[in-house]
Amino acid sequence: MKIPLIYNLRSVMQRPTSTAFTAIGIGLVVAVFIGMLALANGFRAALTRTGSDRNALVLRRGADSELSSGLDREAVSILAASSHVAPGPDGRPLFSAESYLLIPLSRRGADTNTVANVVVRGVAAAAWQVRQNLVITEGQAPVPGRNEVCVGRTMALKFPNTDVGQALRFGGRDWAVVCHFTAGGSSFESEVWGDAEQFQPVFRRQGFSSASFRLADPAAFEEAERALEADQRLQVDVYREAAFYAEQSEVLGRILEILAFLITSIMAVGAIFGAVNTMYAAVAARAPEIAVLLTLGFHPRSVLLSFLVESALIALVGGVLGILLVLPVNGMVTSTTNWASFSEIAFSFRITPALLLSGVVFAAVMGTLGGFFPAWRAARRPVVQALR
Amino acid sequence: MKYFHLVLANLGRHKRRTLLTIASVALALFLFASLRTVVTTLAAAAQFGSARRLVSTNATGIVFPLPLSYANKLQATPGVEAVSWANWFGGRYGDNKRFFAQFAVDPASYLEMYPEIALPEDQKQAFIRERSSAIIGRRLVDIFGWKLGQDVTIQGTIYPGDWTFTIRGIYTPTDAVINDDMMLFQHEYLEERTGRPGQAGWYVLRIDDGDKSASIAKGIDDQFRNSNAATKTGTEQAFNASFATMWGNVSLLMGTIGMAVVFAILLVTANAMMMSARERTREVAVLKTIGFTDRTLFGLVMLEAGLIAGIGAVLGLGGAKLLYKSTNFNAGGFLPGFDVTTSTLAIGAGVTLLLMLASGLVPAVRAARLPVVQALRRVE
Repeated sequence: MKIPLIYNLRSVMQRPTSTAFTAIGIGLVVAVFIGMLALANGFRAALTRTGSDRNALVLRRGADSELSSGLDREAVSILAASSHVAPGPDGRPLFSAESYLLIPLSRRGADTNTVANVVVRGVAAAAWQVRQNLVITEGQAPVPGRNEVCVGRTMALKFPNTDVGQALRFGGRDWAVVCHFTAGGSSFESEVWGDAEQFQPVFRRQGFSSASFRLADPAAFEEAERALEADQRLQVDVYREAAFYAEQSEVLGRILEILAFLITSIMAVGAIFGAVNTMYAAVAARAPEIAVLLTLGFHPRSVLLSFLVESALIALVGGVLGILLVLPVNGMVTSTTNWASFSEIAFSFRITPALLLSGVVFAAVMGTLGGFFPAWRAARRPVVQALR
Repeated sequence: MKYFHLVLANLGRHKRRTLLTIASVALALFLFASLRTVVTTLAAAAQFGSARRLVSTNATGIVFPLPLSYANKLQATPGVEAVSWANWFGGRYGDNKRFFAQFAVDPASYLEMYPEIALPEDQKQAFIRERSSAIIGRRLVDIFGWKLGQDVTIQGTIYPGDWTFTIRGIYTPTDAVINDDMMLFQHEYLEERTGRPGQAGWYVLRIDDGDKSASIAKGIDDQFRNSNAATKTGTEQAFNASFATMWGNVSLLMGTIGMAVVFAILLVTANAMMMSARERTREVAVLKTIGFTDRTLFGLVMLEAGLIAGIGAVLGLGGAKLLYKSTNFNAGGFLPGFDVTTSTLAIGAGVTLLLMLASGLVPAVRAARLPVVQALRRVE
């Protein structure tokens, strides 16, 4: 026969302080667990959303990032004329040769010492169609041939002089900010975009950094890759755009995840020890009660189950508490340098339902583990000794 | 301490519980020390820099080079004693599982500029003499098992192709903040192979008077203001700090998590300690009856709490210190000089004291104030 749940609820109510302490402790562990994974999640999301499977990205052979790559004008015109490039509605190729530049900018509100390397991407007019999910939220797209730039939404939040109508100074010249854009939460939103032809003389660049184009047939990527990489005039590596940006997030994403698991597993062990101790004390204090339960004819298994449920219950309360604690960070924007591309990347904490669920499961596991040995001991108590 | 034995006996009564409590204190402080060391290491990197060294970079941004022809003009600038330059190479070795930095430097002037990069005189001379030679940090020997005289091939990402260097020296940094996993090779070799006119990633200058750094820096920047590539000159410390700030909110994040960890585990631990003390109400009553004073009992309970917290602290803080020291941890080259500082240990000790008070004070006061008659009534 099962011991009714109300027995556990009432016992928990008997010791409100110690229950609350344990629950809060477990809650904090769950909060840190969810928070750190949300960070890794947000970072990966920002970079994996940057690329599209329908696009290909071309870099100079051996280059491992857009920064270290370089393509001369001849290579760019060969690429643009390739039959693997899809034509746009106006018949011109959906092809964007881009200059990837990094400029130091001071963050908003901070002292001038805290600089970040912001990506300035010189693009072709077609880039706004080639790249994925680009939406201009304010203002008009820069007119080719003018000193105009468009600023990503998260970049605009973090740096001064980025409002539409203001002038942003870099490369020794003022650039009119004419629009803001979003890109589905991708890392493009941390960038400044302008006309590549305008940037080249200012930054004294002869050619471009990379090229991005819409595949004429997305299923024929391997074919395009083979053809372009085999072209002796080019000396390039061709990547599927989505895969390339996902790989750029690999190192930092993995560091964040390892850190999340390392920190939370150490914390969890501490919290489980705490739960074990609390439950031991609870069992010890209730020795006579347990004896009465056993005398009344409850099976030791029921006693074991009852204490396990009680421990899990406390942990679940903790889990819910942890969720409440961590929910406010959802969507909070933070930034760091992605050392793989040496550029500032802003991203937000992304708490998903799956993450919340794993937090609750984590709490329940901590509670059950923490309650097991004390419950075991409670169930196996010799009745006579306990009643004494 | 004639009652020390009594305290030990009390601790030994619930051995498993005592051990668990000590272990969770130790874990909390271990994590705290680790996270705070990330913060202090980043801060130390931002602070590092000789007052007498300046760094000149391209004003447009660190990724843009400066002409090598600036070297003579910089050398001739009043107040400048010595000039050297370096380039980021950005190569990959093997499968690139373990990244390390390679720099193209002007050997003689660079080693003279950085006495912190210490290596035997004959190795130094070999590096200066031989065009395709390189020197490596001690750690790379441990990681890859490279030996003196060995040829090592690096794939260039910025400078395409395979680059083979002969290792002619192994350096040991005298300051822990300097990476011990760099590879330095000759700048001239880079120019020779690329066939491009000389460009420097940045210049390092030694000045005669650290107090005049601001005016000397301004003089240099004014000199190049209207040239092809304007410069931005600042102290070495500011240069290093600008890299440290690129981490963004990482320090804040680590600090916050560290606090949450400490708070969570201490809460749970203090709770467990208080609960175990509460069980002993009857014993306290008995002890009082046989003549223990209130003050002694207060002291005994506090001592017990202090012992648990103290042993946990020694294990946690000492463990962190020893672990990072003995494994020579540097987070894959990202955090050189990763070492638990004295200030971290001191704060850890403060947290321990707090834990002792939080977990011991309530039961200790209760024990001291316990009315004997009432308590004894509960003893069968």
